[in-house]
Amino acid sequence: MAIAQETVEQVASVSEKYKYGFVSDIEADTAPIGLSEDIVRFISAKKEEPEWLLEWRLKAYRHWLTMEEPEWASVHYPKIDFQDIYYYSAPKVKDKLKSLDEVDPELLEVYKKLGIPLREQEVLAGVEGAYNVAVDAVFDSVSVATTFKARLEEDGVIFCPISEAVRDHPELVKKYMGSVVPYTDNYYATLNSAVFTDGSFCYIPKGVRCPMELSTYFRINAAQTGQFERTLIIAEEGSYVSYLEGCTAPMRDENQLHAAVVELIIDKDAEIKYSTVQNWYPGDENGIGGIFNFVTKRAACRGENSKVSWTQVETGSAITWKYPSCILQGDNSVGEFYSIAITNNMQQADTGTKMIHLGKNTSSTIISKGISAGRAQNTYRGLVRMGRKAENARNHTVCDSLLIGDKCGAHTVPYIENQSRTAKIEHEATTSKVSEEQLFYCQQRGLTEEESMALIVNGFCKEVLQKLPMEFAVEAQKLVGISLEGSVG
Amino acid sequence: MLEIKDLHATIGGKEILKGITLTINAGEIHAVMGPNGAGKSTLSYVLAGRSGYEVTSGSVTYKGEDLLALSPDERACKGIFLAFQYPVEIPGVASATFMKTAYNARQKYRGEQEVDAMEFLKLVRVKTKELGIKDEMLKRAVNVGFSGGEKKRNEVLQMALLEPDLMLLDETDSGLDIDALKIAADGINRLRSPERAGLIITHYQRLLDYIIPDFVHVLADGRIVKSGDKSLALELEEKGYAEMSAA
Repeated sequence: MAIAQETVEQVASVSEKYKYGFVSDIEADTAPIGLSEDIVRFISAKKEEPEWLLEWRLKAYRHWLTMEEPEWASVHYPKIDFQDIYYYSAPKVKDKLKSLDEVDPELLEVYKKLGIPLREQEVLAGVEGAYNVAVDAVFDSVSVATTFKARLEEDGVIFCPISEAVRDHPELVKKYMGSVVPYTDNYYATLNSAVFTDGSFCYIPKGVRCPMELSTYFRINAAQTGQFERTLIIAEEGSYVSYLEGCTAPMRDENQLHAAVVELIIDKDAEIKYSTVQNWYPGDENGIGGIFNFVTKRAACRGENSKVSWTQVETGSAITWKYPSCILQGDNSVGEFYSIAITNNMQQADTGTKMIHLGKNTSSTIISKGISAGRAQNTYRGLVRMGRKAENARNHTVCDSLLIGDKCGAHTVPYIENQSRTAKIEHEATTSKVSEEQLFYCQQRGLTEEESMALIVNGFCKEVLQKLPMEFAVEAQKLVGISLEGSVG
Repeated sequence: MLEIKDLHATIGGKEILKGITLTINAGEIHAVMGPNGAGKSTLSYVLAGRSGYEVTSGSVTYKGEDLLALSPDERACKGIFLAFQYPVEIPGVASATFMKTAYNARQKYRGEQEVDAMEFLKLVRVKTKELGIKDEMLKRAVNVGFSGGEKKRNEVLQMALLEPDLMLLDETDSGLDIDALKIAADGINRLRSPERAGLIITHYQRLLDYIIPDFVHVLADGRIVKSGDKSLALELEEKGYAEMSAA
């Protein structure tokens, strides 16, 4: 495809410009299999990290050894052998690149498969008036291309791989990393703290509205390599940023572990909009293969009138264990969670959110759309907690489940804890099936059975799809259709 | 255009159609009348290919092809349109999106150019104007919160847009007041042409005052018991189904 080729060339030329993406620490290497203090030290050394970070990693590792794998989620999978995983691998790059011809064709192929959207291609090609999107592509644990850094720097925005932030902005990393998700937080977050390899760092200074949407493409590539990303976004007073995260993964048979941590910090009057489209390999129709996705995402609305909005479209992974949460500490702060989780075949998802209301007049909205097909199990698990000082706090929750066929399951597990006399908490839940009548109506108008299903399910998800940035919404709509292939008939 | 021969069909093991033979040529409008439970709607569903309706014997040929071998969407793309007695709600899907998807599905099937949103709006606005439908309805979710009249008018709008060769109208008049009925009938009449045929299923002769059929058939207990021209409809109205069926 000509367009894909063009993108590959564009990305390659950008990569060439930003050579810091190819510094020596990513020289071809894989750590020995398994996990030990030595591996933690190896990762830290590879990344040429300061002593304090190595210490932090080691504390996390030692704490992790004392922890038990959680079993409360409604997901079932064979026991993970944490000694049978590679914790560090980097793509092979020979020397510093001097020209396009030297870019690893394998790497270019990955970009091609990533299918960078047209909007971004336009931007990469420098089309006049094109919508600005910056891409920090994460290729197998190490960032290899960062674009638009200069444009962002003009406004004082820092957007770079986290390892680079550790080197160039240690004071910010030291201050904020682990401040929302401490290294003791939970089994997977603790593991991540010990062995995280890369991820994104983003800092929006006071009063700045980030001039472009920030996006990161994650991809798990090398066989049996766990992916431990760590993302940290800080929005200072009065700032705004919209961050997009999208994922793809190749077919493979072994289960792959992914345990990411995302921390968001939002100051007074600031806002972060975080959108995810996750379509990692879900395994085949018999549940063989597929990604295990155990993610900890949490936002701290620290200042007054701060706002965070999580929007997720989860269609991939064999197991999804994910609860993007909001700590509403500042008075009048706002937390939003909009989710679409689609499970087909043997997929299992246990996902939802936590809204922790601490400040006065805080409000939160939860809209969850769970779609289950095949023999899949889909659970919404959500906590709404109103603290003692959360006067006049409000929450509104809507959980809708849609079933396709009669072998799948949908479950809604809301937890409500209220210590505030003046709080208002509303919870609505529905479960419905795609009716034969609806399918026939669409088919009678000329849509195939699968097109009909995609249309009906997209209608069901509409409220959430509308929350996504434009270019993501289009991708997500297609993805909804693709994810349900084979679910009818 | 359509040749039905000794068609038998069951639903849930129960025989509803017990040997229907009917030929509809291009340019003709046929009306099928009959009491509740006679099998009128079943006939339209079998022709449209709804699942759960099993043809046990007989044949249906559409434009020289075995209709029963085609999937519902293939039938639709080949020009069969069923205006539903009870149009179905599809929450979250705007009417305009629904119709554009349907329009493009047919275009694609026929190897013709698909239209973009702008072109589509131009196309659909011509039709809404003709049918006196407010554009606001295009933004609402398909049939959700529509009044009975709006639902039926929406069916006629979709039909006008998709320009089928064979129109199947299942009790399109039910639930319509006289003004809405006239508008719907107008829309249908506008589609009448020497190349197009129609099968109108109705309880009452009222609709046939506005859409003059070429033939009228009386369906009772899964069989066509009497056929004639439009005067048969008036006779039915006078004598009632019981007497006609007994005859």
